[in-house]
Amino acid sequence: MEEPSTDVIQGTLDLLILKTLSLKPMHGFGVARRIEQISRGVFKVNPGSLLTAFQRLERSGLLNAEWRDTENARRAKYYALTRLGRKQLEAETADWARRAAAVSRLLGAEG
Amino acid sequence: MSLWRQLSRGLRVLVNRPAADREIADEVEHYLEQATAEHLARGLSPEAARRAARLELGGVPQAREAARSYGWENALSSTLSDFRYAWRRLRLSPGFTFVAVLTLGLGIGAGTAIWSAVNPVLLRPLPYPAARRLVALADRLDDGAPLGVTYGNFREVLARSHSFGELAVTRPWQPTLVGPDQPERFNGQVVSAGYFRTLRVVPALGRDFEPADDQPGGRRVVLLSHGLWRRAFGGDSAIVGRSITLDGEGYTVVGVMPGDFESLPGSFAELWTPLRYPLTLPSEGAEWGHNLAMLGRLADGVPLETARAELLAIAVNPVTEFARPAWSTMRHGLTATPLQAELTRGVQPALLALLGAVLLVLGIASVNVANLLLARGVQRRGELAMRAALGAGRGRLMRELLSESLLLAGLGGVLGVGVAVLGVRALVRLAPADLPRLASVGVDGTALLVALGLSTVTGLLVGLLPALQLSRQDLKTGLQEGGTRLTGGHQRTRQLLVVGEVALSVVLLVSAGLLYQSVARLFAVDPGFTAGHVLTMRLATSGDAPGDSGATARFFAQALSAVRAVPGVRSAGLTSQLPLSGDGDLYGAHFESSPDGRNEGRVTRYGVSPGYLETMGIRVVRGRTLDQRDRADAPFAALLSQSFARRKFPDRDPIGQRLHVGPERGQWYTVVGVVADVKQLSLAGAAEDAVYLPTEQSWFTDVELSLVVRVEGDPLPLAPAVKAAIWSVDRSRPIGRVAAMRDVVAASAAVRRFAMLVLQVFALVSLLLAATGIYGMFSGRVTERLREIGVRAALGASPRTIVAMVVRQGLLLIGLGAAAGLVGAVLASQLLVSLLYSVSRVDPLTYAAVIGVLALVSAVACGLPASRAARVDPTVTLRAG
Repeated sequence: MEEPSTDVIQGTLDLLILKTLSLKPMHGFGVARRIEQISRGVFKVNPGSLLTAFQRLERSGLLNAEWRDTENARRAKYYALTRLGRKQLEAETADWARRAAAVSRLLGAEG
Repeated sequence: MSLWRQLSRGLRVLVNRPAADREIADEVEHYLEQATAEHLARGLSPEAARRAARLELGGVPQAREAARSYGWENALSSTLSDFRYAWRRLRLSPGFTFVAVLTLGLGIGAGTAIWSAVNPVLLRPLPYPAARRLVALADRLDDGAPLGVTYGNFREVLARSHSFGELAVTRPWQPTLVGPDQPERFNGQVVSAGYFRTLRVVPALGRDFEPADDQPGGRRVVLLSHGLWRRAFGGDSAIVGRSITLDGEGYTVVGVMPGDFESLPGSFAELWTPLRYPLTLPSEGAEWGHNLAMLGRLADGVPLETARAELLAIAVNPVTEFARPAWSTMRHGLTATPLQAELTRGVQPALLALLGAVLLVLGIASVNVANLLLARGVQRRGELAMRAALGAGRGRLMRELLSESLLLAGLGGVLGVGVAVLGVRALVRLAPADLPRLASVGVDGTALLVALGLSTVTGLLVGLLPALQLSRQDLKTGLQEGGTRLTGGHQRTRQLLVVGEVALSVVLLVSAGLLYQSVARLFAVDPGFTAGHVLTMRLATSGDAPGDSGATARFFAQALSAVRAVPGVRSAGLTSQLPLSGDGDLYGAHFESSPDGRNEGRVTRYGVSPGYLETMGIRVVRGRTLDQRDRADAPFAALLSQSFARRKFPDRDPIGQRLHVGPERGQWYTVVGVVADVKQLSLAGAAEDAVYLPTEQSWFTDVELSLVVRVEGDPLPLAPAVKAAIWSVDRSRPIGRVAAMRDVVAASAAVRRFAMLVLQVFALVSLLLAATGIYGMFSGRVTERLREIGVRAALGASPRTIVAMVVRQGLLLIGLGAAAGLVGAVLASQLLVSLLYSVSRVDPLTYAAVIGVLALVSAVACGLPASRAARVDPTVTLRAG
């Protein structure tokens, strides 16, 4: 059974994109579907926001973009993590883990 | 890396927007295809699949728009399009644009020009490494007046102080170089060997002075300025080591200073030679006078305060090793002033006053343009309201209005740079010649930055008020009125602007008026001589064998007779010191009758030839003048200045009294006459105590004298003939400082005159701007109220009551502005105090005159619109409405 989908938490879209691309280079649609699949449909990615995020990450040097042929002989824009992007992913992952742990501790604490 | 990406990607988009758009469109299209394919695979019909995909995207155009709105280039290009739009709108009203740009251009240009003068002189550090550590040291008199240091003081401070890394002393030096044609005198300096090390400047060619060069008796050496080296020696690089003849002595050139070296502590100096102070001279002799300028470089980490405290400690704790003669005890301690402050002391008040004034001019210009923009915005009210109704946000409308004012200011800035270039040229021409660093006054990079800054700030200020006013307006009333009438708020804003404008220009008018009064009164001061029809020039005889005073005296006597024989010359004379020319040598004097034998410390000594007093028109008050009788072998005679004689002998006849001048054991001079006081140092100062002695009877022979020639008619055209007469006596004698005495007097008040002229221009401009502001405001008012006036006229109001109605309001506003301005002027005049002369800063006459001028101008500025109102034909206006 699918859980009800929500928008991506403010500020985490970049992290999700970086994580998704750390496996292999993908095009925009692939990233969107991947995020939805892995999160089991909890996160629904808005394509407009996704494309804007790509622009931003590419400009900041975290991603490289390249037009490539897809398996069904169609050109698509593929995004891949740069070395800087990988570093950023590590830093953000650690940061997120720290925050998430803190939030769960707070929520789990006895009133 | 990422900054580079930001830049390059953004630029790529800017350069080829369509390609960037296409790429985004392709990406969105691909996304759509993929989504559609997925929905198809789930078994939806092609139609439904496409719909679902589109729904997921949230609309294809929206997705595209979201992706393409990222990046700095978008903000830039929308700003550019704002400016393009503003430009098109401005082009539609060329008259308005012209006036606004001209007004802002004048304001920004004036501001930039004054900045260009203030920056290098007052703000930019002197052109030496770590120049802020340089200080000027001076002795002072009992009344605090600065005084040069003696060589003894220098030696003592040099040995005892630890606050200074380097210390040096200098003295002016004007050697003569006899070239192939005319002999030429140069401005130079005699310096202690460490002078250039104190400034931290090294010669470009050759070497710096060494301590050995500073020993008396050794080889004479000289350093040349780059300019002199190029001019007089053709830039010959073999000059180092060569010998040149100055004042008849051989000097070896040891080096050439760099081309960019500015000699600021000794302005215009072009050659330097070591001091070579003979320590064997008796330390109580005249040679140990207060004739050295001292400068030092603070040691690292030593604050100025510490150095001052140390100087005082040295002064109050004499040591036996450094005996101090009675007149150089450093009784009050040496003063230490930052060198830059010391060099600019004379011009600083004037420049600061001008800086203040130019800000006022800029303020008035801004207010004027703000007013114009407001009036213009009011005409566009309907349009703005309509656009707001159609959904234009307030921010959007403000951006648009601001981009218009910024564009105006930007154009004004471009014009302003042109105005500044011309203005700086005029400033340099008008500036007093002794303005330090005059050569570096110019529109440079920082001045352009200032112009840019001024443009941006004025653009924002000028636009902000109207933009806020107009964008805040109520949509409904805006649409309904649709016309050009003002609501209360706009009206009040415009009135406030007019009040402000009047106030600012009153401040400027009063300041200009006070300075004008000062300069006028200064030139009305009786200098004690008659400057008209007098030609002056400086004759020097340096080069005669030392000690051959006979040759020197012979030359002066023969030159004087030759000059007297020139047709057109009425009389001629010689003096060691020319009044108001900057000469100002002081000597001690001692009257035989002084009960306590007290020395007079500051007496101006004039060594004069017969005919000097007559030529200058200096009145003899008592006794006789000096004439042919007073030869070297006659009894020594002297004249006293009137106030000096009155002070020394309030109840006795000064004639017949005896005094020493200079050396204490010198000859007694007998007072034979009393002459009118002469202003020697400045017109503004009190008359100096003066003693006139015949040159032939002086205890030393002046090697330089100023010639004064009274001529028929204009003095300057006779200068070549006079020079030729002198050179007919001796071809090797240099002649300098040729000027009409009238110009010498004018130059002595140059700083005040400079400030006055510039302020007058500013005041005039501000008055014009204020007048157009007032006129614009009332003319607009009348246009807006045409219907109302028409109704009033139709109901029987006479033209007179209509005029009264318009004028009453005008007078109220101008009155308010004038009142505020007068208060402002009283405050602002504090800045001027040091420039004023014999005028109170609340001089009622000036204030009254300013009010009179303002009343006159405002009468015209609101009278014209009022008379137009009075001519309103009710039938026409009512029908037109």
